[in-house]
Amino acid sequence: MTKELMKGNVALAEAAVRAGCEAYFGYPITPQTELLEHMAARMPELGRVFLQAESEVAAINMIYGAASSGVRTMTSSSSPGISLMQEGFSYIVASEVPVVIIDVMRGGPGLGNIQPAQSDYNQITKTAGHGDYRPIVLAPSTIQEGIDMVTLAFDLADKYRTLVFVALDGAIGQMMEPAEMPPMQELRPRPDWAITGQGDRAEKNVITSIYLGPELLGNFNEKLQDKLALIEENEIRYEAEGTDDAELVVVAFGTSGRVAKSAVSHLRKQGKKVGMFRPITLWPFPEKELAALADGGVKKFLVVEMNMGQMIHDVRLAVGRNVEIEFHGRAGGSIPLPEEVAAKASAMLEVK
Amino acid sequence: MSTIALNPTELHIEQKLMYKRPLALEEVTTSYCPGCTHGTAHRIVAEVLDELGLQKQTILVAPVGCAVFAYKYFALDGVEAAHGRAPAMATGIKRVNPDKIVFTYQGDGDLAPIGIAEAIHAATRGENFTVIFVNNAIYGMTGGQMAPTSLPGQVTTSSPLGRDSELTGAPMHIAELMASLPGTAYSVRRSMHDAKHTIQAKKAIRKAFETQMRGEGFSIVELLSSCPTNWKMTPNEALHWVRDEMLPVYPIGDFKT
Repeated sequence: MTKELMKGNVALAEAAVRAGCEAYFGYPITPQTELLEHMAARMPELGRVFLQAESEVAAINMIYGAASSGVRTMTSSSSPGISLMQEGFSYIVASEVPVVIIDVMRGGPGLGNIQPAQSDYNQITKTAGHGDYRPIVLAPSTIQEGIDMVTLAFDLADKYRTLVFVALDGAIGQMMEPAEMPPMQELRPRPDWAITGQGDRAEKNVITSIYLGPELLGNFNEKLQDKLALIEENEIRYEAEGTDDAELVVVAFGTSGRVAKSAVSHLRKQGKKVGMFRPITLWPFPEKELAALADGGVKKFLVVEMNMGQMIHDVRLAVGRNVEIEFHGRAGGSIPLPEEVAAKASAMLEVK
Repeated sequence: MSTIALNPTELHIEQKLMYKRPLALEEVTTSYCPGCTHGTAHRIVAEVLDELGLQKQTILVAPVGCAVFAYKYFALDGVEAAHGRAPAMATGIKRVNPDKIVFTYQGDGDLAPIGIAEAIHAATRGENFTVIFVNNAIYGMTGGQMAPTSLPGQVTTSSPLGRDSELTGAPMHIAELMASLPGTAYSVRRSMHDAKHTIQAKKAIRKAFETQMRGEGFSIVELLSSCPTNWKMTPNEALHWVRDEMLPVYPIGDFKT
């Protein structure tokens, strides 16, 4: 395979096709619409299911049905659409069916705008619906990473029978970069728990999220927490650069992470002891790894986000009160410039 | 001393099996109130599935409401949908299992208000599944609130002075509404207030499933049902209320076949 110049949304859609997505249900919303359009053309070509739903609420419940039947299924949307899907997310996690969501984030709150943003950090990492759970959230910073993450997302969704997000901002969705596609995967067989009609099975299968009685629901929640603990133990991913001797570390994900990388590389050339830490999984959050940096002597952290400061709270929890933390970011569709980040980091370093 | 032969076979008495549990129903106690016609609806749906030999290839989508545990009562593969979302979930299931029989079982508090968009669009697309729509003119499980299907003047816990149609609208005619949509192949209303009407209801349910088996599109059977508990009536009074009060508002009919 050779690299091709691909648009983010189209590349991620094709990656889902290659990962064996058998059914896509979605609703148009900018800036993810090319993803839906690619699926509209590709899925029927392969004899798979594409359906444009009447709303995001319907789309997520169609996915809930298809996932209950044991096929790899997904949708894509953007921030206001993700808000609408929260009902389905909660049922999906509670029913333990595997689902992948691609969230091409835009500016909020409200109708906001269609510019790139990282406005959904809180709503997708802090439960994404009612009840006690966390979806797995993967945040790519390049189109290639996004492609690879779509495959990973389906694998993790199947492995843990849970909800997995690939969360990118509109910039990654809309831009073009050279990237390589994985080969086409075989469709995986239906798992034994799937709802397919009883057929030759000895018992009927049931998928539900209702546990009447405090003990039943209590026990289910304990079980769910055990699963989340296992995910936290096994699935944390991050990228760190120049953190070993760093006095200051810039923490950022997605496009902000990319900007941070440029800023840090610029500062290193000036001989400044600056590192970059990019959470790749937003949940499970690399809390211990960040704590280790604080414990290992990093005194200052600069958190950069395309919002008004959402991930910064997780960074604070991780690094504690004995270090200095500052924030640089804006909401509304502005992407922070490497020069701004470098200037802010330099200013922080000057304060002794 | 002679013995009297008590064995019916020896006496040559012809015996005819009059009643047995359908295969498609589990042998369990349900959570339905005494006198509620959900049990009747379950029974006739299960009998139809037995008669058509569909038990092992049918998937049930249960609603939120009194029938929330329908998946426990039917001996079928089943899922439990969010409130009103059964037609969306059934769409997802049927699209990836086109060779299976799929039906939703929904009440009027589930389908008519919160789930109307999902129902209308499933019908419009001609989704090839069946909806069993149980209309008792009230929200049962939450304790008797007004529904879009409540009758004018009907006293409920959220219309304590009786439903005022000026303020809260008039009863919603789901079977007629669904019949007006292009993808609907079969939409009828039946009642379960006496044996004769229940037999007619069963025939309609059979036709709905046959419509699905032929792949003709969306099918729905609206069943007028009683709710003695929330109507604050005896089971018999409740059946009479279906006949005397509901039927004039909700006429039995074939709106699309």
